[in-house]
Amino acid sequence: MIKAENLVKKFGTSVAVNGISFEVKEGENLVLLGTSGCGKTTTLRMLNRLIEPDEGSVYIHGKNITASNPEELRRGIGYVLQNHGLFPHYTVAENIAIVPGLLKWEKAAVKKRSDELFHKLNLDASLADQYPSALSGGQQQRVGLARSLMVDPPILLMDEPFGALDNVTRAGIRKEFRQLDELVKKTIIMVTHDVQEAFEMGDRICLMDQGVIQQIGTPAALLFKPVNSFVAGFFEEQRLQLEFKSVLLADLLPGYETDKTTTVWDKMNELLLVSQDDSQEVNPANETIGIKELMNAFSFYKNK
Amino acid sequence: MEHTQSFWQFVDQQSGKLWSQTWAHIGLTMISLIIAILIAVPVGIFIARKEKFAGAILGFAGVLQTIPSIALLGVMIPFLGIGPKPAILALFLYALLPVIRNTYTGIKEVNPAVIDAARGMGMSKWQILSKVELPLAFPVLMAGIRTATVINVGVATLAAYIAAGGLGEFIFGGIALNNSNMILAGAIPAALLAIVLDFLLSLVQKVNLKSIRLTYLLLPFIFILMSSFYLLPTQIGGRMLGGFTPEFMGREDGYLGLKKIYHLGIETVVISDAVMYKSAFEHKLDVISGYSTDGRLKAFDLITLKDDKHIFPPYYAAPVVREDVLKRYPELEGILNQLSGLINDSTMTALNYKVDHLKQTPEKVALDFTVAHHLFKPARGTTKGTIRIGSKIFGEQYILAQIYKILIRGNSDLQVETKTGLGGTKICFDALTNNQIDFYPEYTGTGFLVLLKPDEKTMTRLNGDTDGVYKYVDQEFKRQYKIKWLKPIGFNNTYALMMRREQAQSLHIESITDLTKHLNQN
Repeated sequence: MIKAENLVKKFGTSVAVNGISFEVKEGENLVLLGTSGCGKTTTLRMLNRLIEPDEGSVYIHGKNITASNPEELRRGIGYVLQNHGLFPHYTVAENIAIVPGLLKWEKAAVKKRSDELFHKLNLDASLADQYPSALSGGQQQRVGLARSLMVDPPILLMDEPFGALDNVTRAGIRKEFRQLDELVKKTIIMVTHDVQEAFEMGDRICLMDQGVIQQIGTPAALLFKPVNSFVAGFFEEQRLQLEFKSVLLADLLPGYETDKTTTVWDKMNELLLVSQDDSQEVNPANETIGIKELMNAFSFYKNK
Repeated sequence: MEHTQSFWQFVDQQSGKLWSQTWAHIGLTMISLIIAILIAVPVGIFIARKEKFAGAILGFAGVLQTIPSIALLGVMIPFLGIGPKPAILALFLYALLPVIRNTYTGIKEVNPAVIDAARGMGMSKWQILSKVELPLAFPVLMAGIRTATVINVGVATLAAYIAAGGLGEFIFGGIALNNSNMILAGAIPAALLAIVLDFLLSLVQKVNLKSIRLTYLLLPFIFILMSSFYLLPTQIGGRMLGGFTPEFMGREDGYLGLKKIYHLGIETVVISDAVMYKSAFEHKLDVISGYSTDGRLKAFDLITLKDDKHIFPPYYAAPVVREDVLKRYPELEGILNQLSGLINDSTMTALNYKVDHLKQTPEKVALDFTVAHHLFKPARGTTKGTIRIGSKIFGEQYILAQIYKILIRGNSDLQVETKTGLGGTKICFDALTNNQIDFYPEYTGTGFLVLLKPDEKTMTRLNGDTDGVYKYVDQEFKRQYKIKWLKPIGFNNTYALMMRREQAQSLHIESITDLTKHLNQN
């Protein structure tokens, strides 16, 4: 779906991106992970021509993106920024209607679509006539996402989409976004420096340093089969938590009946929540494992 | 002239003139402002894009701002002549800086994340400018326009100096004529104009713009621009044009007398003394109101027309001194009187010529003169007290002040301080009565008509009587102000109508009566 080939970008004498290539399949979530200045944002911005590469090309659906004019290209790609970038002089409703306006949608269609997104993103209808400054950080981020989803673009580029939020709001909104049906079918490329976020959101992670890809692969591959010491060292601090997040419950307990996407971390949270509560009603009678069994299975899996 | 005329009576009497001046003032301000906006906003946008030009362009506009307004107006006369054109250009230049700077700042202050989002969503550069940058920069931009408006309303008063009309005609005429009502009739509407325009623009500033549609925005501007041209004084249709100072325009022994006694019907514009002679020389004006001893008469080859019906009273120069100063320093009177009888009309014209045309300093001209007449003595350098000499703002007065300075320092133990360049008769005279200066050279005619304002009877009685006028002013100044007129210096710097020598000769005009006849024939 998206293919980047040998991208190079220099700013003056410093090389921000130095020969990056990757491919993203339709419906996949690729996370560009790395510390500040590693070139991940520059890479993202080359995908919708906000930055033109010095060398290399980007293909979307097999077509070189330089073949079409940049404005038209961008209208077909959703773009979500860290500081949401809402227009302060537009109301929420007007902000959401910007891209449809550029594409000359009918008013009724805009209204129908924005009502739909308001509902899906848990935004109160009364916010439509508010200006962005009257909204909370979480609400602003939802509006920013709604704006990028309005014309239902197949591709979504997200630049630190949760970066401006506090940790609690962030974890909540992340979970919510992950479950959003609008996002499930989309091809998403997301930039973050937050390792936990990368593991939660990414099908694959592209770990970058100094303008070069260090390793690209599934979270489990990066964690358990690092190609070099940089990759191994990068996850060291939060290793255990990341392991829980990267291992699927289905791999751990082949016979256990569970959702395909549920990770060990998800199951642990579920079980811990239950154990805090003494009430029998919450604890389903058919639950066959406890936290202890889960941990045993995990260490068995790791040592296998 | 009536002594008791109230401000409202004046306004009522002059309402026609007041309206036309106010409209001309609005016209000058608006035209220059709109042209400035049309140019400064794109320039501001340009330097917000191309940062490397920002310093140079803002610096240049800043330098323009620091040029004194009257100097800027003067510089433009040779290129644009006189009238509204140079005034509009000068006002335009003054309005540039605030508008450019605020456009630039306004656009620079737009949150980069918002621009980034706009680009990322696929807005074109033009859409980003008109829907994001300009609407968000609009309050700051408007603040710049408001600043420019207030500046322009103020500076536009100076347009009266170069025959562009406006409320400055009343203000400067009033200062020159010692007529407070006239000053206020110009100053109050000018102040109100600034306040009202600023208020109206503040309403515009609060408008929340979603996007700036250029055409909608330009329409009212173009409408105002077009209509503004009708507000300006229309002028000059092939006939002769007179350019008179604001002071001359309002005086009985000036334009009013010319109309009453000679029935002179000439198109006139109001203009500053500083640019009047040059404008005549450059054929921008045909008849001007000059002073008979002015050095520029010689420099620009102008001749004076004979005042065959005697409307210009004698203007013999003499120092006017407060009596308390003479009491404290009795030696002063004798020292100042040393100059009496030494300077006649042609001597004064020659001295003025050196300053006005040969650009010698008044100090040097005064020194040369005192040396040549054996009046020079080295300064004693003692300090018994300080004498403050005032002078009006033209060359002749500067020279006289410098000569007196040399005389006092050489012949007494007094120190001297000069306060030259006091803007007009009223300013000089007020400085004298309020003990800001101790004496200054004044002219009998000015003292008689401008400061004392005698009744009709006295004026008729003393018409053409040189000694009579001198005695009358001396006596009345002593009585009313305790100020003494010392002996006349000798020259008569009277008002005179002047024309270019070649034009006067080819039309056979020698006197004001000839001029009237010529104008009536055509």
